[in-house]
Amino acid sequence: MKSTERITKRRINIQSLLDQVSDPKMGGIVAFIGTVRDYSEAGKVEGIFYDAYVPMAEKKMLEVETEVKAAYPGGKLAIQHRVGRVGVGGVTLVVAASSSHRDDAYAACRLGLELIKQNVPIWKKERLAEGGDHWVEGEEMGGSRKKRSKTG
Amino acid sequence: MPIRVKLVYFGQARDAAGMREETFTLPDRSSVDLLLTKTSEAHEKIDRIKGMMKIAVNEELVDRSQVLRDGDVVALLPPVAGGRR
Repeated sequence: MKSTERITKRRINIQSLLDQVSDPKMGGIVAFIGTVRDYSEAGKVEGIFYDAYVPMAEKKMLEVETEVKAAYPGGKLAIQHRVGRVGVGGVTLVVAASSSHRDDAYAACRLGLELIKQNVPIWKKERLAEGGDHWVEGEEMGGSRKKRSKTG
Repeated sequence: MPIRVKLVYFGQARDAAGMREETFTLPDRSSVDLLLTKTSEAHEKIDRIKGMMKIAVNEELVDRSQVLRDGDVVALLPPVAGGRR
């Protein structure tokens, strides 16, 4: 994995992201690891296909990093999102945040995660066990920006 | 001079258009709005869902009044995957 690749078709190497934020000055790392559930409102799920507008998604992921680092200076953040077909239990997204103390690490991880969900152009298509697949409708891109706050 | 722009479809917009991308030739100083009208005329299903799409020009989100330039890459972006908190 290139360290600059934030959108990847390959399996995410969680340890590599933890290593990127590990630092003697940090007192801890908080990581969110998103995985594929075996059910949704539509029924039993077999897997998810993630589609991305890769060049824009890479740019937006970088913006997320910049924003989180500005909100929690002194900490480190590493993020990666997988695209393509991912089976149940597969890791689709990792957000790893480190900080000198745990409050900032938790908050930075949460902020990074929510910014990714709202702003990065990635779409998912669920494949159902009973056959058929469908695009999952989510939030309008950038639609929740106004609601966002550092403490919220 | 007419301009040529590339329109790229993602997610359900790709299914609705039945293709990944296509090129449109438009009059000079055409807006994103005009491009959306053109693609809606070509793809009936796009017409039904275009209201919920965000538009990016050269990888930046723009308003529909944005004036297009020759060589622009326009992307039709459905609501993002999101997920419940």
